[in-house]
Amino acid sequence: MLSPAHFIALSVILFVIGSVGVLVRRNAIVVFMCVELMLNAANLAFVTFARMHGALDGQVIAFFVMVVAAAEVVVGLAILTSIFRARRSASVDDANLMKY
Amino acid sequence: MTGTHPLILASSAAQTTRELVYWVLAIASIAAALGMVLARRAVHCALMLAIVMLSLAVFYGMEGAPFLAFVQIIVYTGAVLMLFLFVLMIVGITAADSIIETIRGQRLWAALAGIAMLVLLSLVVGHAAIGPPAAPTAKFGDGNVTSLANLIFTRYLYPFEITSALLITAALGAMVLAHRERTAPKPTQRELAARRIASGHPTPLPGPGTYAQHNAADMPALLPDGSQSELSVSPVLGGSEPDSPPALPGGSPMPERSGSVAGSLSAGSQEAGE
Repeated sequence: MLSPAHFIALSVILFVIGSVGVLVRRNAIVVFMCVELMLNAANLAFVTFARMHGALDGQVIAFFVMVVAAAEVVVGLAILTSIFRARRSASVDDANLMKY
Repeated sequence: MTGTHPLILASSAAQTTRELVYWVLAIASIAAALGMVLARRAVHCALMLAIVMLSLAVFYGMEGAPFLAFVQIIVYTGAVLMLFLFVLMIVGITAADSIIETIRGQRLWAALAGIAMLVLLSLVVGHAAIGPPAAPTAKFGDGNVTSLANLIFTRYLYPFEITSALLITAALGAMVLAHRERTAPKPTQRELAARRIASGHPTPLPGPGTYAQHNAADMPALLPDGSQSELSVSPVLGGSEPDSPPALPGGSPMPERSGSVAGSLSAGSQEAGE
């Protein structure tokens, strides 16, 4: 019998994997993908809680998260392309002009 | 109960199917997420992320959110991942992460932090009272889209409007950021012609292989006086070795180069025949 706890557990695991990816990877695009994975895991928790409580608010929040994530990806990838154009690198280590 | 979605209908066969789907897709999505963190090439990461997102869409469908399942496929797998792949093509498809740690001990500490986070979240979830799902209603079945629309356009109207402003701002921001300013004025046709005359070669360069023994791209053209024109060969090809003289005294009539080419050609045809 599937309970909401199953989905919450999966969401926790995916979130942790995404956060480890953000910490480990050096390619800025892959870091972005890991952030997307974390957002998706949070969405799964929202949808599960909506089902658990029998109210649709969780689904609405998940919908807004998707919209904001799409906007974030658009702007973030535009920043990445302009950085790549200026410095010929997509590594997070190379963008260090403002380092003290 | 009227208006119940067939997926939510509690029959034992449906339950077994749901559990099977859950376990298969949960293992697949966790494996794909791990692969995304471990794969060295960014393209492989993007494909792994696609697997995770498609599995999540199925989970949304199982959890009574058919609208979000389709939005997940259309927005995330369709638009966001395409954008990722598009930028990967700009940055370079072969770009792989270096395996050298720039911060010493970073991977170890990241793994430790990940384990700590997993323990923390597991404790929180373990202590929380996660009850059974509420009784299935039409809101989580066929009436999902209508109920969501009712909610978005009444209680969540202001967030919805603000979201539209956010989207417009994001589109403008992307256009501004991705725009490349022209640092020099665009050369006119007159300037281009003047530059061409000043370069000393107003005519097109001679093509490779003209009057030479064969017309390979790396074979320099022979000028009317018999000398070779270095201009006819792209500098990328290195100009190749000079063409063999037309009549070899007693040697093989074919230069060694063309022999090897013929050999590779015949080998290729053999492979094709197999």
